[in-house]
Amino acid sequence: MSGWIVGVDVGGTFTDIFAVNEATGQVITAKTPSTPADQSVGFLNGLAAVAPIPEIDAVVHGTTVGTNALLERKGARTGVIATEGFRDVLEMRRRDRPRTWGLRGVFKPVAERQDRMEAPERTLASGEIERPVDVDAVREAAKQLADAGCEAVAIAFVNAYANPENERRARDAVAEVWPNAHITAATDILPEIREFERTSTATLNAYLQPAMGRYLRRLGQALEAGAANLLIVQSNGGLMTAEEASRAPIRTALSGPAAGVVAARAVGLAAGFENVIACDMGGTSFDVSLIAGGRTALASETSIDFGMVARAPMVEITTIGAGGGSIAWVDAGGMLRIGPESAGADPGPVAYGKGGERPTVTDANVVLGRINPESPIGGEISRLDVEGAAKALEKAVGAPLGMDATAAAEAVIRVANARMAGAIRLASIERGHDPARFIAMPFGGGGALHAGALIREVGLAGALSPRYPGVLSALGAGIADMRRDYVQTINRPLEAIDPKTLSHQIDEFWQAGLKALSGAGVPLTAKRAELELDMHYQGQTHAIAVPVAGGENPKDWRLAQDAIQSAFEDSYRAAYGRLLDGPAIRVMNLRLAVIGARPPFDLARLKPDGGDKAAAARGQRKLFADGAWHDADVYARLELPVGAEILGPAVLEQPDATIYVDPGLTARVDALGNVLLQPSA
Amino acid sequence: MTLDPVTLAVLNGRLEQIVDEMDATLFRSAFNPIIAEAHDASHGIYHRDSGETLAQGKSGLPIFVGAMAFAVQTVIAKAERDGDLADGDVYIFNDPWDGGTHLSDFRLVRPVFRDSQVFCWLASVGHWHDVGGAVPGNYNPAATEAFQEGFVCPPVKLFRAGAYQPDITAMLEANSRLPISLYGDMNAQINALDLGVQRLSGLLDEYGDAVVEEALTALRDRADKLMRAEIKDLPDGVYESEDFMDNDGVIDAPLKLRLKLTVAGERMTLDFTGSAESCLGPINISRATTHAACYVAMKHVFDEIPANAGAMAPIDVIIPDGSILAAEAPKPVGGYTETILRLIDLVFQAMAGAAPERANGCAYGTINALSIAGRRSGSGAPWVMFSFFGGGHGGSEESDGLQHGNAPISTATIPPLEILEAAYPVAFRQWALRPDSGGAGEHRGGLGAIYEIELLEESAEAFLFGERGRTAPPGILGGKSAALNRFAFDTEAGRGAGEPPMASKIVGVEMKRGMRLRLETPGGGGYGPPEKRAKAAIAADIAAGYVSEAAAAADYGSADE
Repeated sequence: MSGWIVGVDVGGTFTDIFAVNEATGQVITAKTPSTPADQSVGFLNGLAAVAPIPEIDAVVHGTTVGTNALLERKGARTGVIATEGFRDVLEMRRRDRPRTWGLRGVFKPVAERQDRMEAPERTLASGEIERPVDVDAVREAAKQLADAGCEAVAIAFVNAYANPENERRARDAVAEVWPNAHITAATDILPEIREFERTSTATLNAYLQPAMGRYLRRLGQALEAGAANLLIVQSNGGLMTAEEASRAPIRTALSGPAAGVVAARAVGLAAGFENVIACDMGGTSFDVSLIAGGRTALASETSIDFGMVARAPMVEITTIGAGGGSIAWVDAGGMLRIGPESAGADPGPVAYGKGGERPTVTDANVVLGRINPESPIGGEISRLDVEGAAKALEKAVGAPLGMDATAAAEAVIRVANARMAGAIRLASIERGHDPARFIAMPFGGGGALHAGALIREVGLAGALSPRYPGVLSALGAGIADMRRDYVQTINRPLEAIDPKTLSHQIDEFWQAGLKALSGAGVPLTAKRAELELDMHYQGQTHAIAVPVAGGENPKDWRLAQDAIQSAFEDSYRAAYGRLLDGPAIRVMNLRLAVIGARPPFDLARLKPDGGDKAAAARGQRKLFADGAWHDADVYARLELPVGAEILGPAVLEQPDATIYVDPGLTARVDALGNVLLQPSA
Repeated sequence: MTLDPVTLAVLNGRLEQIVDEMDATLFRSAFNPIIAEAHDASHGIYHRDSGETLAQGKSGLPIFVGAMAFAVQTVIAKAERDGDLADGDVYIFNDPWDGGTHLSDFRLVRPVFRDSQVFCWLASVGHWHDVGGAVPGNYNPAATEAFQEGFVCPPVKLFRAGAYQPDITAMLEANSRLPISLYGDMNAQINALDLGVQRLSGLLDEYGDAVVEEALTALRDRADKLMRAEIKDLPDGVYESEDFMDNDGVIDAPLKLRLKLTVAGERMTLDFTGSAESCLGPINISRATTHAACYVAMKHVFDEIPANAGAMAPIDVIIPDGSILAAEAPKPVGGYTETILRLIDLVFQAMAGAAPERANGCAYGTINALSIAGRRSGSGAPWVMFSFFGGGHGGSEESDGLQHGNAPISTATIPPLEILEAAYPVAFRQWALRPDSGGAGEHRGGLGAIYEIELLEESAEAFLFGERGRTAPPGILGGKSAALNRFAFDTEAGRGAGEPPMASKIVGVEMKRGMRLRLETPGGGGYGPPEKRAKAAIAADIAAGYVSEAAAAADYGSADE
């Protein structure tokens, strides 16, 4: 063990590195340009900035390879083998449409119809095999798909969640003739009722397998020079091995954002906040995730695009189309709107002077003096065009609404803040959480410009800007826990649940999880499991996730029916207010997460070393807020000492982020070097 | 005082969020899949005096956006007559002639009080699983009076000044085949209303009643203004269309529907004069429903217009007295969905002349309400499987139509077949796209579907309420019609030997173990002449099996000339 653990987050522009040496306590952060054509090049350049590969113990990676392949539809040609009569399940979806109003839009499944084959077989809902699978027909179908040029194949049979035997036999038959390892049997990755969601998840998984496999193989070969382990961040923030990721790449669909949420949780807990709303403000969107009582809110499903449904545990992200590049405009009815159109990186905001003509949220921040026009983030442009931004705002927003450029800029910020506040309300109030108990944690370049306003709009307790917001995702990758998730559909009334059978199933998953964790070759300090049951009243179709038990000894869990019932009633009451009198309670799915805790990282290692408030001062700047111009103090954020307090209006600048302290707020540097914004006493 | 545009934008977002959250609460906690999965429900905020829609949830059933205003108006009139309105009252009713739609849709309407005055109304509507009548699930294609469709509940108080009235629930439950489902759905609707009152009160406390009221008025005016601007952009003129219903389920004769759409400056008139007289069977609709259907059609054509009453202000609707579009009690209206789908088809066809870039080929045009009901052998417990099925959307200027979409009047999803098979003694034998079912055209109509269902129990009865079995969904601007709806069932004479005498409507198909039903739904109509379709698109359709070679040759000539 020579000591380096390296977290790597590959973004669209930069590859971020966060490395910590377990032996010396040394920390290195770095940014290198991303290499979109082959992300492994930028990745390895980033590693080189830390240490020679033989000195690296483990590399933990939040990857967007899967995400991008899905969004850009650049996965492999993929075949599907389905139950006879059901090859169109994937294309028929759940009979939805892209938008409520306007009958426009089409759906193109990732597996074309001629690449979807059928095989004679049928399992009934009871699990009874009505017709054994015809393995010869399966082999024949697989051969045809391979001959046609398919690189990956998914096998998805009706009711296989209730009995996977036919599907497994088909999988083994395919493996005999398939030229590579890119085979996904749907129930292997999702043994859960609902044929479309399962088929879609399996097909998307197969679709990603070749690209993810190639990418991870390249990285693995480069790392082989040393003995470094390569671990991948899953969409739920837990880690898996590179080998597992090659088999189940769909679990990485939200790998990058999940790593950021892991860090937000860790930074929040270390700073004394167990209720955190992580806010990632990018160029085109504002993404919000919730951590309540130290637990990250997870969702069980997401739509990558219309009809592209993936079911896998993932951080719950509420997204609205309002980022720094979102365009401000006035509609025909005279209402000020922000987005959904975005200026993106090219041409970008008007102030970048790269040909953008329509004003964006960033332009409004520039005009109001909240962004330093002399040293723009990223270093690509030397100076921002404040006048150009003002003119564009005046023309597009001011003229139709009868405002000057400054008032128009402030209006744009107010509406943008209101939209972001809406996203926070969706993620908190609508889930039954009181925002007064939460702090916002902005990350990404622009989030901290709006954090103060969000405190007021939503009634948050405060906002915490982590010391290195620009490498937060890399940090999250570096410190995340190992995790394996298991699910099994049960679909029985609670009164028919035998605690012994339940225990047996849990133990099977627990043992499998322990084996997977120990096979990863990463030091772990503790292993534990968390049990959730998806439950509802008989007759309902939606279920709620009920946390039933958790801890280091699943064998000791009390799983009696009355205990499960009272856990259900607590969850149901919290979700809907009133319990129902009469209907039976039913258990749909069992979910077990097996978690291996990695050695804790002491965030105090990142705190400022000395510093001096007076020396950190960078003079004053004209800044517009609450209807008037102010002379606002400007500070170099990283030079501020622990305990420094600054009253708004003020601006704290660092190379990759700007914190705007609203009038009426106080910024304080906490013991770990985070900046906490709170209403002034 | 005039509200600044920024506060208006902020309040617009907050109000939308409140009604969206009410929708979400009901969908998640409802019992029956028609609400939980098919989203056949809706929530909104309504004007204190006029009952007009002020804000409406985005994910609810579009047809309710227009219809709910009539329901609230019915309650307002009732409260005025009785003179006993109190804070905490909740009215419940399903009267379709005043409130729109059909008996299955139960409306809960609740006043929001501020300082002892009504500030506005909140309403929740949801399609309950069974409300009595002759046919389980209430789609009775042979009904000649509403009493054969279900029980009629006039507006009565389910809560009196906050006090729950269990007698009302007992009365409702006693009239349903599925009382537990009814109880669960009703409670979920009460939860949604509670939540709405709580959220709205919070907003009023934060901004003040006067500011919110002003915002509500401004938002209505804004929708009005936007709609006028859209109409003004259309060429003035008269655009006509006509289409047909297969039959009324009782007498097998086609029923004509006519539309004369007039654009004159900033105003539009939708004149349905010349449409059929009201009929014996259940495809009549009330005036309220006709207005609501016009609203849905307009929202599909002008999809950016906000969902409130202002959107219809510049549009006059003329509905002839005594017609199929102005039914009064006790005329049966259970199949209202089929008639309003046809009204939307009429609007799309007329709009093809006024604004071809905004029109679509007609969608599949029938919800195909299919129920299968029986008793479990052994326990004798009754079961009712009830679902709506999908079909294709029409081609548009932009692209081919969507394959297997939901009906334009709803945002319903279909339950997973695995959920249906787990809950009911049936096995699907096929769940597939239906080749050659989309209308040919420069942009082809999307495909409909084939569903084949086998009974796994001793015996059961099946009921179907569908349309488009005699007149196929038309294309526009030279695009061809889609395939007809087709339903077949097994009889002693053999597989698929039985066909309904009324094309797509039948009551009481006797099923025995192993017998199957087969539903083949229409695709969407084509857009533009088939001759203009790209050769590569035709070849791709053949390769995928969306279009057979024979059909391609007939519709497009040869693909490889």
